[in-house]
Amino acid sequence: MLTKLFPNLDVQDFWMATYETFYMTLLALAGTFIIGILLGLLLYLTAKDGIWQNKFINMIVAAIVNIFRAIPFIILILLLFPFTDFLIGTIRGPNAALPALIIGAAPFYGRLVEIALKEVDKGVVEAAKAMGAKTKTIIFRVLLPESMPALISGITVTAISLIGYTAMAGVIGAGGLGDYAYFYGFQRREFDVVFVCTVFIVVIVFIFQFIGDYISNRLDKR
Amino acid sequence: MISIEGLSKIFTSNKRQITAVDDLTLEIKEGDIFGVIGYSGAGKSTFVRLLNRLEEPSFGRIVIDEQEITSLNSNQLRLARQEIGMIFQHFNLLWSRTVKDNIAFPLEIAGVPKAERDKRVRELIDLVGLTERENAYPSQLSGGQKQRVGIARALANNPKVLLCDEATSALDPETTNSILDLLVDINQKLGLTIILITHEMHVIRKICKQVAVMENGRIVEQGDVLDVFLRPKQQVTKKFVEQVMGTNDEDEGVNHLINTYDRGKLIRLHFIGETTNQALISEVAKKYEIDINILQGKITQTQAGAYGTLFVQIDGEAGEIDNAIDFITKTSVEVEVIRDAN
Repeated sequence: MLTKLFPNLDVQDFWMATYETFYMTLLALAGTFIIGILLGLLLYLTAKDGIWQNKFINMIVAAIVNIFRAIPFIILILLLFPFTDFLIGTIRGPNAALPALIIGAAPFYGRLVEIALKEVDKGVVEAAKAMGAKTKTIIFRVLLPESMPALISGITVTAISLIGYTAMAGVIGAGGLGDYAYFYGFQRREFDVVFVCTVFIVVIVFIFQFIGDYISNRLDKR
Repeated sequence: MISIEGLSKIFTSNKRQITAVDDLTLEIKEGDIFGVIGYSGAGKSTFVRLLNRLEEPSFGRIVIDEQEITSLNSNQLRLARQEIGMIFQHFNLLWSRTVKDNIAFPLEIAGVPKAERDKRVRELIDLVGLTERENAYPSQLSGGQKQRVGIARALANNPKVLLCDEATSALDPETTNSILDLLVDINQKLGLTIILITHEMHVIRKICKQVAVMENGRIVEQGDVLDVFLRPKQQVTKKFVEQVMGTNDEDEGVNHLINTYDRGKLIRLHFIGETTNQALISEVAKKYEIDINILQGKITQTQAGAYGTLFVQIDGEAGEIDNAIDFITKTSVEVEVIRDAN
């Protein structure tokens, strides 16, 4: 059926591209989640009146986060070419897209994590201190669990940006639906390919949003 | 049990220094329920947070159970804090954990093994009367129930001291009473020393043995709850006593009484805390050939017994009235004759 409606669509290539999009999104998401939480925790803990209050570190982390958030993603990929080449050994394909995707998305997510942590009731942190909790315990048993719904909705928003980023990365040869749509659809003037890819990207976005909302709601016992 | 010497806390904000707690010296005995009362801004909340160093003291010394809190390093302080329970005005429970898991949290912190933890949590849930609510989340509980969880959590590691920072201020009067009853109960059962911060004299009256009144970071008056009720010296203390006893416009009232009741003797009885005289009036009426008419008064119950004043009119033969008054004088109730028989 697909072939009849969209004569130019190569089903096997198309599924491959979809798979690559998922692959890049999910791996980049995992990396973004970890690095973003680290950045967010650093921002939160070193802020004024934080547990590790440290003006200097806070300023450095904030500066890094702001700089990487300010660089347009397409330029970030180009800037990272040498780094990617060094790390992955190539600048083409889904794996080569990962460093740029993570470095592009993690600072953004880091800010969302910081906001989520700021929303945690100060009294609860104080109660944990009064019980004699270590900082490690406060982070892993209080701050992260108490902010989990916000962390999940944050990562959902980030995931959707990431899907967009993968499509952009595709344009310079990262693979995935963006790559497929650009090279096979746009360049060859086969717009049915562009159309199907767009629809699929939209569907993927919806799926991520749905899963994110569902988990976030399930975790929220407030 | 707890001794505090020269404790001060100075906050610096915008280059201005604010002395929240000013050179405070205090002894608290083991097993006491010690109340600190003051209006907001008096420094009482800062004071209680200095005791477990949630605020770092600027100067002074705190010794709790022979351990000098103010000289501990951060690791020692963590361990010491495990033996100081604390409850809060807004409960400060983790919403992501059930009742059971909230109570288990301090035990997790103290490294108690799982099986033992479960056992202890069950005991605590029974102690605070939350049986069958152990799997509920805090959002499903009422304010009073939340504070019960807070109390159970504070007691988990068998602390020697319980700090209560405005623990009943967010609760309605009825729930406040049930929480106060629970505090008295655990004070008696476990011999726990309780330090309680409040702005409600009612709370002090109901459960405290000792009270300190704070104003501008200093303790302006301190002593047995009854003494403070009976002889408030400072203006601020008088105001707090009025919260419970009503305003003291007695002089006007007395004149009115003298004018209205022109027969017999008018006397004022001061009840100051002996519980043995509860049936005093009926006893006197039975023993002597007199009529007693209760005109006006207010008696309230404190931890040390009844406190208050009662205006009565005693009518009968002069000799009999004097005998009755002699009898009352021999009890702990003080008698003051306002007007002799005409």
